[in-house]
Amino acid sequence: MNRAQIAAGALAALLLVPSPGRAGTDNDEVATLSALVAKLAAQVEALSAQVAEQGEQLRRLSSQPPVEATQAATPQPPPPAAPATAAGGNYFNPSISLIGNFLAVGGHTPIEGLPSSDLRESELGLQAVVDPYARADFFLSFGEEGVDVEEGYLTFTQLPADLLVKVGRQRAAFGKINGLHLHTLPWPDEPLTTVNLLGGEEGWIGTGVSVSRLLPLGNLFSEATVQVFRGDAEGLFEARRRQDLAYNGHYRLFADLTEATNLDVGLSYGYGPNGITETSSTSLAGLDLTLRWKPLRTGLYRSAIVRGELIASRRHGEGGSDDRLGWFLSGEYQLARRWSVGARYELADAVDAPERVDRGQALLVTFSPTEFSQLRAEIRRRFYAQHGTALEGLLQLQFAIGAHGAHPF
Amino acid sequence: MTRRTLPPVLLLALLAAFGGPGRAEAKLRVVSTLEDFAALATAIGGERVDALSLAKGYQDPHFVDAKPSFILQLSRADLLIVAGLELEIGYLPPMLDQSRNEKIRPGSRGYLDASEGCEILGRPSQPVTRAMGDVHPYGNPHYWIDPENGRQIARSIAARLTELDPAGRSDYATNLAAFEIRLNEKEKVWTSRMAPFKGLRIVTFHDSWPNFARRFELVVAAQIEPKPGIPPSPTHTLEVIQQIEAEKIPVILVEPYFDRKTPDFIAAKSGAVVVPFYPSVGGLPEIRDYFSLFDHNVEAFVTAMKGRG
Repeated sequence: MNRAQIAAGALAALLLVPSPGRAGTDNDEVATLSALVAKLAAQVEALSAQVAEQGEQLRRLSSQPPVEATQAATPQPPPPAAPATAAGGNYFNPSISLIGNFLAVGGHTPIEGLPSSDLRESELGLQAVVDPYARADFFLSFGEEGVDVEEGYLTFTQLPADLLVKVGRQRAAFGKINGLHLHTLPWPDEPLTTVNLLGGEEGWIGTGVSVSRLLPLGNLFSEATVQVFRGDAEGLFEARRRQDLAYNGHYRLFADLTEATNLDVGLSYGYGPNGITETSSTSLAGLDLTLRWKPLRTGLYRSAIVRGELIASRRHGEGGSDDRLGWFLSGEYQLARRWSVGARYELADAVDAPERVDRGQALLVTFSPTEFSQLRAEIRRRFYAQHGTALEGLLQLQFAIGAHGAHPF
Repeated sequence: MTRRTLPPVLLLALLAAFGGPGRAEAKLRVVSTLEDFAALATAIGGERVDALSLAKGYQDPHFVDAKPSFILQLSRADLLIVAGLELEIGYLPPMLDQSRNEKIRPGSRGYLDASEGCEILGRPSQPVTRAMGDVHPYGNPHYWIDPENGRQIARSIAARLTELDPAGRSDYATNLAAFEIRLNEKEKVWTSRMAPFKGLRIVTFHDSWPNFARRFELVVAAQIEPKPGIPPSPTHTLEVIQQIEAEKIPVILVEPYFDRKTPDFIAAKSGAVVVPFYPSVGGLPEIRDYFSLFDHNVEAFVTAMKGRG
């Protein structure tokens, strides 16, 4: 019984209590009064029920978030920066994402190749604005055998002279493919140019400073980047002394040829100690080209990309230098909203025998149920100059959870 | 100078040799993510602004490529107008970083979230997951397709332009007043033209039209996408056909960037008619401004309904 009901009962009881001054009233008068009291009591009961119901509605409204149906046509305040939570404690936490990369491999290979199945990489991304001057991006790569900081850097976004500075561990801006994370590659594997000329499947990852500047040529996008890294990079550079550093320079030119077609051209030059002697070094030069076609109106269903990269390497040693060359040409065609096909041809001087050439061909089919998951199949044939021919099938499943930041174009 | 220090020094010298992008412009440079906002900025800013849009009106605004040429445009902008509600989350954040333009970063005067003050529908009242499709946790981002929200966006733009360019205060106020007078007149026409269809049930391809439907009192009975951003499946297509037949739904609205194959199939099986509907200015050459966007869509709807329903 709520307070209103108690009050109604009390009122009825009060009214029913015989008044001392009315003793001796005749029966008709008593009956009339009783009927009146009963009527009043019923009204009070109805009113109390109404009050109770309105009280309950108020409680419900105050405990629920506003829903669309209750929204008035009046202007509303701007949305919160993050979904409201009871505590609001996650407000400044970084965006967290995890990208899984499962790879199954079949067929035969004459070299120590990829395992039959492997959760090859789980990339944990932590990204947030640090303060008004910088943001931080961390990408931790978990493999089945350990964890590695693939990238972890601070980006200073408000520097003078149109500079953009990144400090920390980062993929070197050498060519196009080296800068991409595994899950953004257009294939489930790395091309021979990366494996043979940039130190292995991981490519060139450095720890140091990157400075880039926009250099527009009229309305053409153009950007130059200079990077200075510690002189070690697995399989590529090796520093004997602290002062031995690795350097990279990259120039990028982008042009919209038409509304649907654009061309991306990059020139790269890298340099670092190779550890053969105290002063010996390895220098790298690269050219990358990407031609994209994506009609804006039908871009959900049709697009095409042709890309290629040429890398030259000169490795100085005691007895002279080894010159190596490699290149690939690859194309992808999107034939439906979820389906695309591709092909790649690759060629690179062998790791241990620069006078001999490894080469390969690959065909690919990709199915993307949504932008957060992807199934990709590749058949690749590779001829390893020193070992023989491999014919393999690769099946890759990638999936993303959480808020993974958009990648540069 | 040693051989190892030569390459970086040369590269830095090359960097220094080029000048940065020029910023000195008499007109305010307005960059918007959608052509609708650029059209509104032009209507309010008049000769005092140069407005351009990153996405085209016939392009799916959810999937815009982060082209480097956009970075250049952003680097030169005085004002950036975005739809917000995470519509641009797939391409804008990295470009803002790379633009090196502190004037247009979120929180600064040169960053305008057009959703501020607008009526936003579809705000989830329960936790969202991606099992629901490509849902927007802050509400449906297609809010500009409502004249009253257009009025609010125009006011927000006028206020921000005045803040950035106080010398143009009277121009912006005059242009805003003219815009609102014309909008009032047009709204009467649009409302009158759509009045016969109050309560009509319709089907749309994507959930782009909640504000439009609410304003003109239409009821979106179904969508061809089973969930936002998920392509139609055979099962769902069959369900939509059955629903259209059962409820005698006369029209299917389809945005210009979606494949017509499934809507046309549904229309052929159910007897409904497919109406190309344009969510943005620039969707067709004749949709040049905010008014012609509604002029076109309203007339297309009325024409499609002739002899139906």
